Amino acid sequence: MSEEHYLELCESPVQFENASAVNNVFFDEANKQVFAVRSGGATGVVVKGPDDKNSIAFRMDDKGEVKCIKFSFENKILAVQRTSKSVDFINFIPEYPHLEFSQECKTKNSSLLGFCWTNWNEIVFITDQGIEFYQVFPDKRSLKLLKSQSINVNWYMYCPETSVILLSTTVQGNVLQPFAFKNGTMSKMSKFEIELPAVPKPAKLSLSERDIAVATIYGQLYVMYLKHHSRTANSPGAEVVLYHLPREGPCKKTHTLKLNTTGKFALNVVDNLVVVHHQSSQTSFIFDIKMKDPDSTLNIHLPVLPPWSIHPYKIPLTGPVAVAAQAPVSCELYSSTWSVFQPDIIISASEGYLWHLQVKLQPVVNLLQDKGKLMDFLLRRRDCKMVILSVCSQMLIKGDKGNLPVVATVFDKLSQVYKEYLEAEQSYTTAVESGASRASTVHKRPVRTQAVIDQSDMYTHVLSTFTERKDSSHKFVIAVLMEYIRSLNQFQITVQHYLYELVIKTLVQHNLFYMLHQFLQYHVLSDSKPLACLLLSLESTYPPAHQLSLDMLKRLSTANDEIVEVLLSKQQVLGALRFVRSVGGHDNISARKFLDAARQTKDQMLFYTIFRFFEQRNQRLRGSPSFTPGEHCEEHVAFFKQLFGEQALMKPVTV
Amino acid sequence: MDECFFIFVEAHLFFALQGTWHVITVYYREEHFHSKISLMLMISPRMATGMQEKQYSPSLLSFFIYNPKFGPREGEEEKKILFYHPSEVEKNEKIRNVGLCEAIVQFTRTFCPSKPAKSLHTQKNRQFFFEPEENFWIVMVVRNPMVEKANKEGRPAATEYQEEELLDNVYGAVLQQCYSMYKLFNGTFGRAMEAGAVELLTQKLEKFFYRYLQTLHLQSCDLLDVFGGISFFPLDKMTYLKIQSFVNRVEESLSLIKYTTFLYNDQLIWSSLEQDDMRILYKYLTTSLFPRHSEPELAGRDSPLRPEVAGNLLHYGRFLTGPTNLKDPDAKFRFPRIFVNSSDGYEELHLIVYKAMSAAVCFMISASEELGREFCEQLDGLVGPQLTLLASDICEQYNINRRISGPEKEPQFKFIYFNHMNLAEKSTIHMRKTASVSLTSVHPDLMKILGDIHADFVRVDEDEEIIVKAMTDYWVVGKKSDQRELYVILNQKNANLIEVNEEVKRLCATQFNNIFFLD
Repeated sequence: MSEEHYLELCESPVQFENASAVNNVFFDEANKQVFAVRSGGATGVVVKGPDDKNSIAFRMDDKGEVKCIKFSFENKILAVQRTSKSVDFINFIPEYPHLEFSQECKTKNSSLLGFCWTNWNEIVFITDQGIEFYQVFPDKRSLKLLKSQSINVNWYMYCPETSVILLSTTVQGNVLQPFAFKNGTMSKMSKFEIELPAVPKPAKLSLSERDIAVATIYGQLYVMYLKHHSRTANSPGAEVVLYHLPREGPCKKTHTLKLNTTGKFALNVVDNLVVVHHQSSQTSFIFDIKMKDPDSTLNIHLPVLPPWSIHPYKIPLTGPVAVAAQAPVSCELYSSTWSVFQPDIIISASEGYLWHLQVKLQPVVNLLQDKGKLMDFLLRRRDCKMVILSVCSQMLIKGDKGNLPVVATVFDKLSQVYKEYLEAEQSYTTAVESGASRASTVHKRPVRTQAVIDQSDMYTHVLSTFTERKDSSHKFVIAVLMEYIRSLNQFQITVQHYLYELVIKTLVQHNLFYMLHQFLQYHVLSDSKPLACLLLSLESTYPPAHQLSLDMLKRLSTANDEIVEVLLSKQQVLGALRFVRSVGGHDNISARKFLDAARQTKDQMLFYTIFRFFEQRNQRLRGSPSFTPGEHCEEHVAFFKQLFGEQALMKPVTV
Repeated sequence: MDECFFIFVEAHLFFALQGTWHVITVYYREEHFHSKISLMLMISPRMATGMQEKQYSPSLLSFFIYNPKFGPREGEEEKKILFYHPSEVEKNEKIRNVGLCEAIVQFTRTFCPSKPAKSLHTQKNRQFFFEPEENFWIVMVVRNPMVEKANKEGRPAATEYQEEELLDNVYGAVLQQCYSMYKLFNGTFGRAMEAGAVELLTQKLEKFFYRYLQTLHLQSCDLLDVFGGISFFPLDKMTYLKIQSFVNRVEESLSLIKYTTFLYNDQLIWSSLEQDDMRILYKYLTTSLFPRHSEPELAGRDSPLRPEVAGNLLHYGRFLTGPTNLKDPDAKFRFPRIFVNSSDGYEELHLIVYKAMSAAVCFMISASEELGREFCEQLDGLVGPQLTLLASDICEQYNINRRISGPEKEPQFKFIYFNHMNLAEKSTIHMRKTASVSLTSVHPDLMKILGDIHADFVRVDEDEEIIVKAMTDYWVVGKKSDQRELYVILNQKNANLIEVNEEVKRLCATQFNNIFFLD
């Protein structure tokens, strides 16, 4: 079933002229460019990058067989190695002369193994006797040696993402010496030794570059060593050993990935997963180094999923040769002509394709039964959001028994990631606010990955549809909503009021007012003005909602106006006035509003009391009991006179 | 001086009906904006006297249930009587007493057909009438408290009945509670009639009330009986949500469960049962079931009550109803049945009460389900460990919260609070409700004042406040705001009205700052 292929080749591969007797193909790991060099460049060089649709095509003189060809960053300078002594350069900067210039390696009698660009104008030569770090001056068509280091080198490996070059030294080749390059500086990192399965006698080169790969996983640089099954040791199969290479400090062996099989392997790193391709079984294993077996302290990992082959790939027939009737041809997967590059590149030189390997998350959902593990896995992937949300929706539809603990686990995992992001965001904001003057510390805004699933995501994609489903029992709906609220609370995340509204809506729909009352009583549904207003609207069906709403407004302490309105609407004019006075706002309230309300009650004594209160207020504030025209109380003054007579009006107190 | 307390000394002074009450209604002159606060002075005869005398508290004289439709013809009057306590009373007297009640009810009905008579005051006793279902009447006759005064000249002691000591609302509530409790365990009278006619009903009444009436302690009934409230356990949001989570999980795994309630320290935390049913179930649990099962966890190591911690028992959970020991091969799996309201009348449920340490959970399952050993073991295995853990969590959290709030927040006031909306009650007056008596820390006379104030509150709809100056430096303050009532008893030497009012304000600010309480 194709549903189970969790690895696939990208849909639009980089296509290039396949390797042949007249066409040499080179791949540059730094720029991820494929070079097709026809007849040493004389009949044309075609360069294709991963993103740029426009390929670069040019010609160069055939000065012998090209051993290595690479552009510097942004395609500014082209470097070509044709001999084991020197590298030739061609400017691709329009305003500079296009004439080739050349640089020989400095160390006498050394043989050039290769070169790497570490910047647009910085290049490292690797010879069998050491490394040479140059700066290129394209305008002067010359190079300047910045630094060099003598060391016996068997082979080298370059990690462009971190600008680290790894050199294999010693006779057995298992002592690796890394160098890091940055802005014209070269720094030697601490060397380390790869543990070989068996030490050969006499000593000979035992560590091949084919068995080593360098890649960044979860932001850390790792050296991956494919440790083949040794016949002497009774290990059941090959394994991949990961050495963590920190910027500073010693390198440490950190993870062992168990393959439990033997044969030919190749390594990729996709979306922070280590993918091990096994040629003979035509399957791939994937490992997540963050997925720990809780029982194991040794960091031994087993594949996350059962090994499966890459999704079958059909070569699209495009171009003028494509005939509509012709079916696309299946591509041979795990072919022996494949070359695998870090992190996620697979090249078939014979067919002329470069693919990026991709992880499909949807099939994983069915392969990983343990929802907790599944969530852990998904939360660490790049394009995980929609898959996670669909897992959440799915899990709520299948009303299996004992589902709630699973729901709780999943919610907690989501909340944890959400909380970590909120905290990072918070500390970033405070750091920016407080340290605006100190420019020395540059604060990086935390990146919001897809794994950050907030309340509105959950609401829109999962909860709102779930609560509207006819087939889910209200008991389960409420249990799930409460579980989500519990999870948010547990991680001290402020719950948005629309979640509370969802709870209230569900409870009200099923007449579960007493439950609602209890939730509010224990402040499970936190106070907010929108919630208080919602409660007010429930008063006609559930009278106690009135009291609950008033209590909530009171606790908010910013809703005094609302409280007054509520009391006035209930004709509790005196109560409203006493409340206003208790919070000290009685000098600013509108007399007319209260007199209106008092008159509506048709209680003459009440009207008298309220009227007299405002007369006294006028006296106190303005020295006269009469109302100002701005207060629009004429009609009430007239009414007062009509009821109690002119003489009942308060006399101005003259001092 | 606070401007609020310019007392407008145009005090209306009038005397209450009984004569022992001197009611002074004082209108405070608060900028002419008078609030309705009544001040009362009260002189209790009992508190004032120091003579040699013997007190008799109120007691139950008789309790009977009749239906006038059951023996309408002459000579068949006995058929009307469905239950009579004490049963040894002579038949004719029973008939006479029932007849009298019938007549009083009939007679008073002519004056107010919608509100039949509730009580009859006589010198020696007081009768309370209650018609819970059409034509079914329950009557409770309570003897008034008496004082026997020793006579110097050797003549027989003079007995003085204190006719006005009993409060109608308190004993009326006790009577209604009797019915509610019967209904909780037996369903309505009508249901018994349907199932097995008068014979079954009389049988059920006999069986229930014979025991129940022995547990009535009329001398210690007070305002709390009127409220019939529920004490809620104070808890932080997070722990509350954990309890929610627990309840939901159990209900999901054991789908037979229809309702669940959760209590801690005999105080309610959660109920999916409706409020009215919860009210009476709470009463049963806290006054009858829980006190009967003293805590074995607190018992000594060698006490036979202590559960065996050895073996596979990893929790403290146990059944308070149903099987006492699951390991016992002869264990019985019978649970009490209760009746609760449902959309179509009532439903009959098994009541399973399960407890671990101070946390008790009631699970209610439709009575039509057969519950056996397997179910009980499943429940025990599922609930026991979780509940044990939760109980210790709650205890820990509660202690933390108490430490944070500090001892100064502990109320030094004696008060009773009741909210009609959620039936929440809180009392610092009552020490602890036990099966037999409710111990109060204040004099019964003060309790009676509380009852009287409440009766006043019932009469009017509006919010009001009543301040009573009792004897021996006691002040009693009653406040009613919306659906809430608060009664405070203060004892301060030489306190005046202003100081008392300030005290109450302070109490409201510390104890009730999170609710809307008009002052």
